[in-house]
Amino acid sequence: MSTVAMITARGLFGRRRALMLLPLPLLLIGLAAICRAYDLDPSQWGTAVITGLGFAVVLPVIALIVGTGVLGSEVDDGTLVHILTKPLARRDIILAKFVVAVVATAVTTSIPLFVAGLLAGSAKLGVALALAAVAGSFAYTAFFLMLSLLTRRPVLLGLVYILIWEGLLGRWVSGTRVLSIEQYVISIAAKLEPTTLLDPKVGVMTAVVMSVLFVVVCTVIAINRLGSFSLAGETS
Amino acid sequence: MTTQTQPTAPALPADTAPGVVDLQNVSRWYGNVVAVNDISMSLGAGVTGLLGPNGAGKTTVLHMMAGFLAPSKGTVTIDGKPTWRNPAVYRDLGLVTEREAVHAFLTAEQFVLACAKMQKLKDPAGATRRALELVEMTDAAHRRIGTFSKGMRQRTRVAAALVHEPRVLLLDEPFNGMDPRQRMHMMELLHSLGDNGHTILFSSHILEEVEQVSGLVQVIVAGRLAASGDFRKIRRLMTTRPHVFAVRSSDDRRLAVALIAESSVAGIEIENGGLTVRASDYGDFTRALPRIALDQGIRLHQLVPSDESLESVFSYLLEA
Repeated sequence: MSTVAMITARGLFGRRRALMLLPLPLLLIGLAAICRAYDLDPSQWGTAVITGLGFAVVLPVIALIVGTGVLGSEVDDGTLVHILTKPLARRDIILAKFVVAVVATAVTTSIPLFVAGLLAGSAKLGVALALAAVAGSFAYTAFFLMLSLLTRRPVLLGLVYILIWEGLLGRWVSGTRVLSIEQYVISIAAKLEPTTLLDPKVGVMTAVVMSVLFVVVCTVIAINRLGSFSLAGETS
Repeated sequence: MTTQTQPTAPALPADTAPGVVDLQNVSRWYGNVVAVNDISMSLGAGVTGLLGPNGAGKTTVLHMMAGFLAPSKGTVTIDGKPTWRNPAVYRDLGLVTEREAVHAFLTAEQFVLACAKMQKLKDPAGATRRALELVEMTDAAHRRIGTFSKGMRQRTRVAAALVHEPRVLLLDEPFNGMDPRQRMHMMELLHSLGDNGHTILFSSHILEEVEQVSGLVQVIVAGRLAASGDFRKIRRLMTTRPHVFAVRSSDDRRLAVALIAESSVAGIEIENGGLTVRASDYGDFTRALPRIALDQGIRLHQLVPSDESLESVFSYLLEA
């Protein structure tokens, strides 16, 4: 593990921020377990829990916490300077932070989605949901990592993307879905395990290509922005 | 408590030329506000103080030197290489920012070791040990930085900036938060680094600090370079302001009478403790005084330039 990745991981899991990663996955598992315990038909709750909570809230919100946490918090408190004053390619710094963010997001979201899929259908559905969550972890964290270098309010802008773009516009304006990571994740999951519980709105090919594009474009922009990272001028 | 070892800075290899920080016609503006205006300076080995009142542009200059701010105009180079968008310069550059943020969850040793590893040093553990010894942080090396006092954090940050023995070290207000003993130790360390061929630039708005650490100053006032060089020489070049000397002799009154006839003397006050002489020309007066004293048979007990302190120079520059 690189030194940058080590510092990033320790910073991420050593802060209170890490505790914020737990409630949403537990809520997802808890709701699915309650529905299953009451022997409700998955057609009655599966879509709401898996798509409405899992893909629309748990995955993007955890990716937002982690994606902005791995870099944004160091930008905010000024500790990033200690990493930037080293002869390291900015690409290596971004990639190390991106890998930590993807692993943390993927582990935290794929496990509860696997459990929800298992309870709502089968282990195969669980695996499909978990793999889709991993794919979504790449796209979301790359996007939020980039936001933390483009704006001083990455969390706010990230929430606007999740709630307004994906949550509101994505439901009613079909054209916005082509730039919705949530829709890519649903399409990939539905392709891996076709089920009535998932209602894909974009083609799987579009979903895969756009996910890759999100990762590549956002990462390239983040590397470029980090190369031009400026400190505030006069402080004394 | 900390150990009592004297700081001995690592010497540069003999075949390396002095590190040179070079600014050529550098300006930096934010919208319509000009923070730094057409500054040129070249720094060689030794310790230089970057002096100026709050908001003068010192931090902006330091950040441009450290590659954390693009000059709007002009060039900033270290050893001829531009610092902006060039991470390779950090092999030869150490930076201690004014903001004291450090990864609080690491111990001092882990933090400095991480910096050594990111510098890709051959023996990061050995370099870490040496850097911590240099700043007298060996005893607290295994404590989390989050538990440190401001001065201890500052020393840890200096150790991290020095771990790769950079030729150029930039420090923004390095004495902030240090107690007098730590301050003295840091001054000795900077002296030692400068004597060993390192190029050290530190900013400060506290005149006594700069005066004690370095005779060389770069004075920035309102974004412009107001003066550059040895502050005593700068003072002597200010010919429009009389130079003030405190003189004590075997016969002050007779000496005053003889001196007032000299064209280089603008005024004399006779006080209980001696004479206060205002000379319009530094060179002429200092040559005339011993001659006059000899002619008059007066013994000189004391001759002290009383306004050559950095504070006087600084206040003159601000008034200019």
